[in-house]
Amino acid sequence: MSRIHVSGLGAVSSAGWGVPALMEAVATGRRPEVSLLERETAGGEVRATEVLRVPKPADRGVIPRSPRLRRASTVGKHAAAAAAEALGPERLAAAQAGGFRLGVISTLMNGCVNYSNRFFGEVLEDPSTASPILFPETVYNAPSSHLSAMTASTAPNDTLVGDGAEYFTGIDLAAEWLLRDDCDAVLVVAAEELDWLSAEAMGFYARALVPSEGAAAVLLEKDASGPVLLAVPDGVSYAGEADRCRALGRVVDGLADLVGPAGDTGILLSDGRTGVARFDRAEDEVFAGWAGPRVSLRTQLGESLGAAAGLQTVVAVESVRRGEVAKALVTSVGGNEGVGAALFGA
Amino acid sequence: MVITGAGIVSSMGTGWSENAAGFRAGRTAFREVDLFDTSRQRVGSAGQAEVPEEAPAWAGARTWSRMDRGSRLAWIAAQEALGQAGLAEDGGAMPILVGTSAGAMPLGEAYYRQAVVGGSRRGQFSRVERYQPQRQLTSMARELGLHGPLRIVSNACASGANAIGQAFHLVREGRAARVLAGGYDALSQLVFAGFDSLQALAPSGIPRPFDARRDGLAIGEGAGFVVVESLASARERGARVLAEVAGYGAATDVHHLTQPHPEGDAALATMTTATRMAGLEPRDIDYINSHGTGTPLNDIAEARAIARWAGDAVGGVAVSSTKSAIGHLLGGAGAVEAVICLMALDGQWLPASLNIREPDEACIFDLVREPRDSGVEAVLTNSFGFGGANATLVMRKEVAS
Repeated sequence: MSRIHVSGLGAVSSAGWGVPALMEAVATGRRPEVSLLERETAGGEVRATEVLRVPKPADRGVIPRSPRLRRASTVGKHAAAAAAEALGPERLAAAQAGGFRLGVISTLMNGCVNYSNRFFGEVLEDPSTASPILFPETVYNAPSSHLSAMTASTAPNDTLVGDGAEYFTGIDLAAEWLLRDDCDAVLVVAAEELDWLSAEAMGFYARALVPSEGAAAVLLEKDASGPVLLAVPDGVSYAGEADRCRALGRVVDGLADLVGPAGDTGILLSDGRTGVARFDRAEDEVFAGWAGPRVSLRTQLGESLGAAAGLQTVVAVESVRRGEVAKALVTSVGGNEGVGAALFGA
Repeated sequence: MVITGAGIVSSMGTGWSENAAGFRAGRTAFREVDLFDTSRQRVGSAGQAEVPEEAPAWAGARTWSRMDRGSRLAWIAAQEALGQAGLAEDGGAMPILVGTSAGAMPLGEAYYRQAVVGGSRRGQFSRVERYQPQRQLTSMARELGLHGPLRIVSNACASGANAIGQAFHLVREGRAARVLAGGYDALSQLVFAGFDSLQALAPSGIPRPFDARRDGLAIGEGAGFVVVESLASARERGARVLAEVAGYGAATDVHHLTQPHPEGDAALATMTTATRMAGLEPRDIDYINSHGTGTPLNDIAEARAIARWAGDAVGGVAVSSTKSAIGHLLGGAGAVEAVICLMALDGQWLPASLNIREPDEACIFDLVREPRDSGVEAVLTNSFGFGGANATLVMRKEVAS
């Protein structure tokens, strides 16, 4: 059977623009500076939420030039920058020239909340003057559509909505497309943006969660060079297994032949722990004896919702690519849908 | 890959029988929207469905009370599909693939209204949590006794067709013996106002797809679900086969975020892929349930795509848009229209494009303007969405050996 390789990576995070910025943050353990997202209610109350923003890019060239991106919201720009980095300039040009069939899969939880906020505000103000420019950008699949337009690709494009583990469904679907020869390459992109609506909402779950934003892109190709996708097991739904420890245990059991019960010193665990004990209990317990190195990206760079598992994946794959570890396991215990994981190797 | 169960809710009615009777009779089902204020908008009507506030006998009252309008529509249709497939008691580990564009948007709107005002945060956590479609659909799955993975496809108005198409592939490749797949969307103020802002809604409230002077669409709401199953599994269970899912095509139109390529290039690609996968020629397709929104740009692009796809056979291809009767169900449209195609295959009749005064000259196919009896062996349904999502499903009555 053909092997699926990760031939490109891209990242936008609170650590900065690009995979090097992300990896440097992981290496140093440095947490980006928290800022305040403030807004005033109709009653005059000022509400402030601590957030970890994506910094302004030092080089505006990291956001590709594309007519579609003129009106795109921040999430679309994050996605485009990560996708362009994963492709690299030569592959991007080749895609635009029709040199290969590039599928696009976007996964997200929150989506274009910034424009949704603005548009619904206008609707409540007076629907007869609400902006027709904003509305199309509120749709979940707008960022994904922009990626296909940016790469001039007419190959399939899917947007998947779910909890923090949805990214693995995207990886799974991409593998399916490649093995069926629907595409020559597939970009799996996870992107989110900050807005007071979602940032304040996160506070209802735990005050210790710091809302963040960003994007991750993984370029998958069959029989290419780069780290290999070794396994992406079926996710376990909370509909059938409500206990998160058991759900995660089932996913990990499915990888036992490749990982072993506690990994080994050559296997990186890039987990989804947040720093909030009750959310982290499953990964704390199931991986209590983990023998290898372990990274908990969300505790450092904030909770970027649908983008977080994508960023965890970028860290995992890049660690394999650099030869720092032989394998890397990525896990996420989602908030209200299920558990997912993926395993990569050299 | 066959379909062994189907369920549907629309403004035409609840369940297969009510909907089949309505489409067979050529009824339209639009009314004034009373879910939110439309007084400052160009249009005030839609295909608003009847959604019970009280839990149906088969539904858990507590879960029902926590569900938003769209998820209730989905649950009703999914329940019917599983029941028809003989799986209401034991769905087991089957995956669930669902298309939706707006999810539980009304709950998000309620959260927004209270947050903007400030003050009390009472009820806000519940709104945030239940606003997320994966939360709602996981609850639905639990109630239906389905334990498999959930996948939510949000490709705007092609979502429902994509969900069924992806289910087709999962079964075809042996990854699942059967999959529950469908789509849903409920009316919401944001989306309604959004289409109004684009001036995409028909000012008269009457959509006339393929009419020469069509002036827009009507929004609708509802849900459609099917059980896609391997033929071997269906035979082993002794399940009744409604139809074979014979082909699926998906492609992306990169022409514009909200406008199709004028010649319907992506539609041509998906129709060609789906019919080839089915091993059929355009002349073998007895009926096309078109995307047919009633907007000037969509209908002409689709008409041109159909003409290019069918070639010399175009005059014999029967086409209609059932959005003329129930409106555009957005993320639910593709799945609901797939179920309407199953009704046509089952009853051997064709649903109509209603209220056409004079067909657009681009309609060189057999535009079905009144419901009629007809031999129907193979059908094709198109779904196109914002962002350029294009999907085509081909189904046939007789299962290929």
